[in-house]
Amino acid sequence: MIFATATLPDGSNDGYLAAAYIVFFVLVLVYVAIMAWRLTRVERRVRDLNLREREKEREERNLKDTPHISRQAGDRV
Amino acid sequence: MRLPSLRALSITTVLAFCISLSLVFFYAPIEAEEGFVQKIFYLHVPLAIVSLCGFVLGGLLAIAHLRTRDSKWDLRSYVAIHMSLIFGLAVLITGSIWARASWGHWWVWDEPTLVSFLIVFLLYATYQPLRFAIEDPERQARYASVFAITAGAFVPLNFIAVRLSASYVHPRVLGGTSSLPGSMAFTFLVSLAAMALLYATLCSYELAAKRTRILLKSRSRILGFQ
Repeated sequence: MIFATATLPDGSNDGYLAAAYIVFFVLVLVYVAIMAWRLTRVERRVRDLNLREREKEREERNLKDTPHISRQAGDRV
Repeated sequence: MRLPSLRALSITTVLAFCISLSLVFFYAPIEAEEGFVQKIFYLHVPLAIVSLCGFVLGGLLAIAHLRTRDSKWDLRSYVAIHMSLIFGLAVLITGSIWARASWGHWWVWDEPTLVSFLIVFLLYATYQPLRFAIEDPERQARYASVFAITAGAFVPLNFIAVRLSASYVHPRVLGGTSSLPGSMAFTFLVSLAAMALLYATLCSYELAAKRTRILLKSRSRILGFQ
């Protein structure tokens, strides 16, 4: 308690101290927000990439099956 | 060498900041002349030291890049300078606030410490435009490294020049903490450690993000989605 009374504000210029700490934390917060936004974009790209990769695999599988179908179709003709 | 994980680093940084802020506001005594506002010192000075060390670190990492031609060193150098610039901006703003509270002016042009820091900051502010003005990645990395080394060498020279200058108006800290009372010196050192940890954590996040994007780009290219 004695420590606290010797370290608490005396009322003069307190706003400047608060402003300095607030500016610092806001800067860090803005940086973290930008990082979060970039992370969201990366996540979206990964999701997109996975989706396109799955589509590509499906297309390749379909291509493998295509000659068999066309031959059957040809037989019928 | 195994680096600590991002999560461990983040938790340590948060804890260090909690301890540092507790010490600043509940342990360190109020300075007799400036009063409560002097506590900006525990934020402003560690920020300045970490920022300047980061610039020098960027230069050292750039040397490693030029020696090995390994792009990972260039990336680290870039991130170190990028983060130091953000810290530098915080130094200028908190310094201005402190100047206003103590001297009654937002900026004092005849104070060498302030002006020299502004010169260093403006010098490094040209790093990114210079870097991204070059399209060829290899040339970009090489030129950026040369810049980082030259500017990195300028930082300690600048610091020494300021120390040798006649004015002693601005508080001197790096000459040692011996002029500070024990409780203030201890609080200052804890604040410095917390700030260094924050720098390391943010650098690690930035590096991880950059590596992920590079990986993603190369994967897209391999899969032919580019």
